[in-house]
Amino acid sequence: MLEAMQRANIYSETLGPEQFGIIQKPLTLPEKIYNQSWLRKIAILVVLAAAWEIYGRWLDNPLLVPPFSEAMRALVEDVSNGTIPSRALSSIQVLLIGFTTGTLLAGLLTVFAFSTRIGTDFLETMTAMFNPLPAIALLPLALIWFGLGVGSLVFVLVHSVMWAVALNTLAGFRSVSMTVRMVGRNYNLNGLRFVGKILIPAAFPSILAGLKIGWAFAWRTLIAAELIFGVSSGQGGLGWYIFESKNQLNIPEVFAGLLTIILIGLAVENVVFRFVETRTVQRWGMQT
Amino acid sequence: MASGATLASKSALPGAGGIKTVSAGSSGRAAADADPNQPLLDVRGVTIQYKTQRHLVTATYRVGFNVLQGDRFVVLGPSGCGKSTLLKAVGGYLQPTEGEIRLKGELIKKPGPDRIMVFQEFDQLLPWKTVLENVAFPLKTTGTLHAKAAQERAMDYIKMVNLSKFAHSYPHTLSGGMKQRVAIARAMAMEPDILLMDEPFAALDALTRVRMQDELLALWDEIRFTVLFVTHSIPEAIKIGSRILLLSPHPGQVKAEINSVPRGQENSNEAAALGREIHEMLFADQIEEAPNA
Repeated sequence: MLEAMQRANIYSETLGPEQFGIIQKPLTLPEKIYNQSWLRKIAILVVLAAAWEIYGRWLDNPLLVPPFSEAMRALVEDVSNGTIPSRALSSIQVLLIGFTTGTLLAGLLTVFAFSTRIGTDFLETMTAMFNPLPAIALLPLALIWFGLGVGSLVFVLVHSVMWAVALNTLAGFRSVSMTVRMVGRNYNLNGLRFVGKILIPAAFPSILAGLKIGWAFAWRTLIAAELIFGVSSGQGGLGWYIFESKNQLNIPEVFAGLLTIILIGLAVENVVFRFVETRTVQRWGMQT
Repeated sequence: MASGATLASKSALPGAGGIKTVSAGSSGRAAADADPNQPLLDVRGVTIQYKTQRHLVTATYRVGFNVLQGDRFVVLGPSGCGKSTLLKAVGGYLQPTEGEIRLKGELIKKPGPDRIMVFQEFDQLLPWKTVLENVAFPLKTTGTLHAKAAQERAMDYIKMVNLSKFAHSYPHTLSGGMKQRVAIARAMAMEPDILLMDEPFAALDALTRVRMQDELLALWDEIRFTVLFVTHSIPEAIKIGSRILLLSPHPGQVKAEINSVPRGQENSNEAAALGREIHEMLFADQIEEAPNA
């Protein structure tokens, strides 16, 4: 205790910022390259393609597994002669119609569910019933109701998109913090203005997750539906292209079709959704 | 609501007819501006009850007070005294089961932009809007000002809270104190009749809190707004408030309504004495409560 009393006060000089050499140091080039997530992902793809090529050559049976180079040749050929682009375009058109309709319906359903208790019950019951039901299982019925054509495809697409999006949007609306809601009400926002100006932006991370799931469901369902009944209005989509190629034993073309489906999926995920994410939830700090 | 009706029918409160006659219909607003003795906010015999899953909780019981134009009116009490609930009722988010709350003679029925609330939580700023957009948002959505004028006024108030450099930053890039400053700027830019602050500095660290208190007082010196400020900190109440309402807990009842020390004397002996007096009044409650608990 006595020793503690005897200690003197200590004062020290601190350096100003101008006296320091380096406070921030840029990363080295390899570190910068490794920090690019798309570069890391491309590296993974290259390894997978190499493994495929080696296995295909070792198996030496192009009817079972043609090597990667064969599939690529078929892909390049059918892309350059316009077959694949026109098939993909026809698929994407149908997809967009179904996806947009499904999303809009999901939006209406969610607003209804959020504003009334019976609406919540309705949405919950419907989702519990229909979300586990594979959309493709409704195709036979759809064919009877809407005939061979875009109508049936859109019907199953709407079914595959709507429930996932509605469920996520409702979960998002519910998780909007009480404070933010009170802020909105403080400024006399109510009804649709409240939904549009407060709820939707505040729940955007969940809504975006729902849209991603809905898009994946829709894309899957569409290809499967096309494999079953193929030609719609005289022009088949990618699913039909795969089915045709298989019937003609053009196995590299089958792989080319599958690759196209994957590539479109990757592009939507990494370009379209990434773009939306960086512009919205990431910029707003709602997602890291 | 049934219990509320019976309570209301019994409420023959003293003074219920007295002050009321001043505000006459549509001229209420002008009268309030002209006559400094007309209370801006008139809270009379307010009992607030709300239901939880299991209980009907009485948060406040027959609380009454008047806030005058330019008051820094602090509601002080321990947790559980219903002070936040009372503030929410003034904000219009809750309806009292008994009694009434009038702003400039008008009964408060729902939230509105004439009473802007500043919350304790940092997430009161809309994360999808920049600082400037946040401050301009209520001005635009309520139709107070058009886009350009709203931006200009928002910028003025952002300058007032010293955040001009961060006008185009998103809230998640700001510190807690800065976020609260934006919230205060957003509330003041609306130039509401009364500013409602619900422990706005409670979530800040001690150093930042003191700075924010000083800044709020400096802003008051400049604009002379009316503020209803809720806190559970006695020193904060003495420093911020011009008048202090003391509430007892479970349920909240008015214990006292007293004047604070003059501006800038929060470190004086009088302030210390006042602090002790308040502390004793709050402490007395705890002794009474202990056997019940």
